[in-house]
Amino acid sequence: MPGMSKPADEMKRPMGEANHRTDGAMLLKGADMVVEALRRERVDVIFGYPGGAVLPLYDALFECGIRHVLTRHEQGAIHAAEGYARVTGRPGVVIATSGPGATNLVTGLADAMMDSIPIVAITGQVAKTVIGTDAFQETSIIGISTPITKHNYQIRHASEIPKVFKEAFHIANSGRKGPVLIDIPKDVAGETALFSYDDPPQLPGYQPTVVPHQLQIRKLMSGLSRAKKPVILAGAGILHAGASAELVAFAERHRLPVVHTLLGLGGFPASHPLFLGMGGMHGSAAANKALHETDFLINLGARFDDRLTGKLEFFAPHATVAHVDIDPAEIGKNVSTQIPVVGDVREALLMMLAADVESPHADAWMNELLATKEQFPYWYVQEGTGIKPQRLIAEIARLTAGNAVVITDVGQHQMWTAQFFPFEVPDRWVTSGGLGTMGFGLPAAIGAYFGKPEQQVVAILGDAGFQMTQQELAVIGEMELPIKVVIVNNGALGMVRQWQELFHGERYSASLLEWQPDFIKLAEAYRIPATRVQEDDALTDALAAFLAASGPGFLECVVEPRENVFPMVAPGTGIHQMVGVKP
Amino acid sequence: MTPVLSVLVHNKPGVLNRITALFMRKGFNIQSLTVCITESPDVSRMTLVMNEMDEAALEQVMKQLHKQIDVLKVTDLTEAPMVSRELALIQVNSPIAQRATITSLIDPFRASIVDVGRDTVTVQVTGDAEKIEALISLLRPYGIRELARTGLTALPREASAVSELRRLNESQVLPI
Repeated sequence: MPGMSKPADEMKRPMGEANHRTDGAMLLKGADMVVEALRRERVDVIFGYPGGAVLPLYDALFECGIRHVLTRHEQGAIHAAEGYARVTGRPGVVIATSGPGATNLVTGLADAMMDSIPIVAITGQVAKTVIGTDAFQETSIIGISTPITKHNYQIRHASEIPKVFKEAFHIANSGRKGPVLIDIPKDVAGETALFSYDDPPQLPGYQPTVVPHQLQIRKLMSGLSRAKKPVILAGAGILHAGASAELVAFAERHRLPVVHTLLGLGGFPASHPLFLGMGGMHGSAAANKALHETDFLINLGARFDDRLTGKLEFFAPHATVAHVDIDPAEIGKNVSTQIPVVGDVREALLMMLAADVESPHADAWMNELLATKEQFPYWYVQEGTGIKPQRLIAEIARLTAGNAVVITDVGQHQMWTAQFFPFEVPDRWVTSGGLGTMGFGLPAAIGAYFGKPEQQVVAILGDAGFQMTQQELAVIGEMELPIKVVIVNNGALGMVRQWQELFHGERYSASLLEWQPDFIKLAEAYRIPATRVQEDDALTDALAAFLAASGPGFLECVVEPRENVFPMVAPGTGIHQMVGVKP
Repeated sequence: MTPVLSVLVHNKPGVLNRITALFMRKGFNIQSLTVCITESPDVSRMTLVMNEMDEAALEQVMKQLHKQIDVLKVTDLTEAPMVSRELALIQVNSPIAQRATITSLIDPFRASIVDVGRDTVTVQVTGDAEKIEALISLLRPYGIRELARTGLTALPREASAVSELRRLNESQVLPI
């Protein structure tokens, strides 16, 4: 920061001294500096959409060697960047122009902020000379994006570009990850300045605690060894920290039951005998029983979201709560916490594994939970000739041997996927959790493909959410991406319809899609092979052929329209008050 | 308890907006907010007087402030020994006949008259919030025409802003 440290002063040296530098500094135009910064950050793909204010930047990007994916809407570009980031753990990069281009990023920024997805969003801005004059396509994206980004920058001179990009990538992908936006006025792209990318970021106001305090770990471990009913709640922090192996080792060492949050799925193998399933509103009976009755709750990188906890007074009411989180502001925010541990969850688990303490005597508890798990699995009733959406998900899981990267949209199909697709390994599950963004799935699948092109990518989407960003089929069609799009068509905004059925006297206000487009013709218009299946006895063959085909694919599954997601914790009730735990 | 927080921030455009946007987003209410320069041109000091809140809520406020990249230091002055001052300008009805009364009234407050009109005088007073409240209620019967208060600014005792900043610099762990 200016005046606070030596290297900052060094940056003020006159440019004439550039020749004497040995650190590879060079004179570049602003637009070329952006491209060079992206190269230094080893960015291999950018999702974006050009426009007036980013014309100089797009000129520099032309044939620069970094792949650019042209989505058909900026919202698609940022969700794609999110999908890429979620499966790779590296920041997704998105570019949009000023004004409407920038405002179209808003939903994705908010989504990434909620789910701690590292994103670097670059927006064009009108020239500095006209900022504040309501110039053509001017909007204050800094003002708009401040509450929904981890940080944002407006560049005032090209000389700031290396420093800002270095900081932006560092902030996006460290600590609690999140989106960072960089707003670049059009004339900055034409300015010339010295480019050097070797100085480390200097952020005195940003120093995330990575290694937890040993004393807190000791408290946690001694509390654990005295526990009678311990449980681990593992969130997406496990995935962000790459701590799956350590989680498995720790749970096995002390024989601890593990509950996942929605976003944590895949951090702990679904088939593991210690796994109780997902907790929360549509979680398993065993998971929620554990969260309600536990006397020692270890939260590893989850944020006690309300969809997980249900009514707070019934959430772990008898428990000593230990919470490991890289973001201290999450600790004690919703659930009062006796043992706060600030730090990276992998570092914490390594220290917990190194601790030499007696395992808790919790066999009775463990057996009780496993009996509940056995007694109340996720369920559906196979009846009639129609397709049960749950069976559709289970069949996709079976036919892909659970190996696919699975992306969903938001709603009933998302919950069924969380319940019926057993995620065995990390980073193959992409979904919008905190913000619950309909329209997320299709573009996120495109990004996930670019992040993991060697994996099979299956996008499971509702018929309503799909229609919010369906134009991105153009990307799949144009680039012939081998993404398999499954539409779970129940002819409704399914989750809205379910809540209206259960809580609003079956008054289906604006939730039934009685008129729909011809999805097959729609997909075919984008030159994507498309099939419709609506009979249960045709499902397996149709799915198998669809998944085995090369290239893009589109499968419309017409499912039972009145199927509901169960079990369920009704809003305003406790997680021990589940309904629909069995047929 | 009305918490008083002293927050050192980068002196950059948009930082005040970040703080107020954070308060709006999280539903934190403030009684007063002052922003001023410090002895370092790169650092500004914000003094926040919050509405009454419990300890957990205050902890959340401080943690959320800490999360801001441009926030360098957050100090809770509520219970700490501090020097805090506010300045108020009070324009009060004051016909010539009453002027002597007003002067004697404000004298114990070490307040002064900074503007004189035909019908009013403007009183300037500095002090902590309690003292200012006391003077305002004494003057109210005479008819307060207009009132302007700066909001509280504060420093911890026996720690100048300089040493606070120096400590901050020394505690920096760079590079990350």
